[in-house]
Amino acid sequence: MQWIIIGVVVGVIVILAIILGMNYNSLVRLRNQTKNAWAQIDVQLKRRHDLIPNLVETVKGYAKYERETLEAVTQARNLAQSAVGKGVGTQAKAESDLSGALSRLLAVVENYPDLKANQNFLALQEELTSTENKISFSRQYYNDAVLGYNNKTQMFPSNIVASMFGFRGGEFFEVEVAAEREAPKVSFS
Amino acid sequence: MWEQIRSNQIRSIVLVVAMGLFLLLLGYGIGVLLFGSGVGGLIIALVVWFIMNLVAYFQGGNIMLSVSGARKIAKDDHPRLYNIVEEMKIASGLERMPDIYIIEDPALNAFATGRDPNHASVAVTSGLLQKLNRDELQGVIAHELSHIKNRDVLLMTICSVLLGTIVLLAWFASRMLIFGSLGGGRSRGSSGGGGYAALIIMIVAIVLMIVAPIAAQLIYFAVSRRREYLADASGALYTRYPEGLASALEKISNSTVELKTANQAYAPMYILNPFRRGGKPATDLTSTHPPISERIRILRSMGGNVSLASYETAYRQVSRSSKGVIPASVVAGASSLTARQAEPVEAEPDRTERTRETSDVMWKLSNYVTAKCECGARLKVPPQYRGDSIKCPHCGRINSLPPRKHQ
Repeated sequence: MQWIIIGVVVGVIVILAIILGMNYNSLVRLRNQTKNAWAQIDVQLKRRHDLIPNLVETVKGYAKYERETLEAVTQARNLAQSAVGKGVGTQAKAESDLSGALSRLLAVVENYPDLKANQNFLALQEELTSTENKISFSRQYYNDAVLGYNNKTQMFPSNIVASMFGFRGGEFFEVEVAAEREAPKVSFS
Repeated sequence: MWEQIRSNQIRSIVLVVAMGLFLLLLGYGIGVLLFGSGVGGLIIALVVWFIMNLVAYFQGGNIMLSVSGARKIAKDDHPRLYNIVEEMKIASGLERMPDIYIIEDPALNAFATGRDPNHASVAVTSGLLQKLNRDELQGVIAHELSHIKNRDVLLMTICSVLLGTIVLLAWFASRMLIFGSLGGGRSRGSSGGGGYAALIIMIVAIVLMIVAPIAAQLIYFAVSRRREYLADASGALYTRYPEGLASALEKISNSTVELKTANQAYAPMYILNPFRRGGKPATDLTSTHPPISERIRILRSMGGNVSLASYETAYRQVSRSSKGVIPASVVAGASSLTARQAEPVEAEPDRTERTRETSDVMWKLSNYVTAKCECGARLKVPPQYRGDSIKCPHCGRINSLPPRKHQ
């Protein structure tokens, strides 16, 4: 009789340990996935920061009277660059400001046919469009990853493991969609 | 996303095991029929299967790419295509950037290949690059990358190897039965004492020889069609823009040009079945791809929601079937995701520009040098030409050529 009780107790402990281990491992996997996804966003944001001086230089040659728009872009870029590493929320805000400034610039460019025919500018524009896309796709992937990770930290039984080992979940990369959508409508034609 | 892959794997394993059982049964039957030893037949079947697997595993993708005359491109060759693939790589969460190939062919098609996500490639035809705009191309690439992400390439390779082995064995055995009494004579001698039992086994084996290739083919088609729907659904999910893929499919289906080089075994990897007969809708059971009009209608009736669950609902509506196409476990967990709005892209080259751009890429990939003459003509200099300058055939000016490597 005694042996049976001991056996059952040991069995329960082993099963609990296995459940704990599996939950711990999947929490670690999900956390790494969000980290990895965030790194992807970072790469693309940095790429955009690097592209902007080049773009501003190219546009300057053709569109001399758009100094204000150009300065706004440069300024937004510098702000976004200094926001790097200051938390997801701050960075998201700075980056969406930059997106707004950039789309205003690209709208202005419409008035300069010469500029639009420039090979260098076209290549830059393709790069910029694609970088914008990559930013939103990596944000999409990051948010999916955060959702999965947060679900895991909040749902039973993994929430117990999560609170035991300090898995706190991640923060979504939100942008004010309204601001981003509105911007391209600004047109001077 | 990860649950999707897992539940796919379980379903696929069941189907692959079913095909494997067919192969084993067939091998056993043939063994009994021809050599009087079922185990011998089993061993032969397994050896043939093993060899075909080895070939497919190491060579599959490469053969496909080299047969179709695909050329690998770098980012500089076609920045837009490269960027689109990179965008979809990010959206799908693939870890490695797939290699990109262009096939010089006016037909509109694309395929993915590679045994796992770390050895993956996508190929598109030059016709596709000319005819599709950015959103459409993005949809096609998303469809192809989800084949990679869902490991469809590996699954379909395993399936087609099994199918190939079954067809090969059945063909071979039937020839031996008809023409060679050498095997038949021996088996009749050895199983002479068995009476009815031996006769029944013989009949079963012959029936199996006829039925197994057909059954295997039907399983294969069923798996393939399912994968197409799933790739369409993931494509919509990755791009958040089902209309892109829908309109690409529309353009592709309207084109009547047929792909010159396509490999039957790899048909499931193309975005559209390269073997469809001129304009006819494929019959349902015997096609690797679902009818394209149905795929388009499903994508278009997804409304503003691009989640896998929404695709599932649209699928049920359009095909009027109660059986879904996407694993239930995935649908349950998915939340509603809004589609992105169509936005006009200013930078987008129109069709004429795309045609020129594509042909330039093809010239460059064939090692031609392009020089622009002052009179506006563009000179394409073949790699065999060794001079440092060339005379323009239009105006007679002498143009100097950039230094280049000679073969």
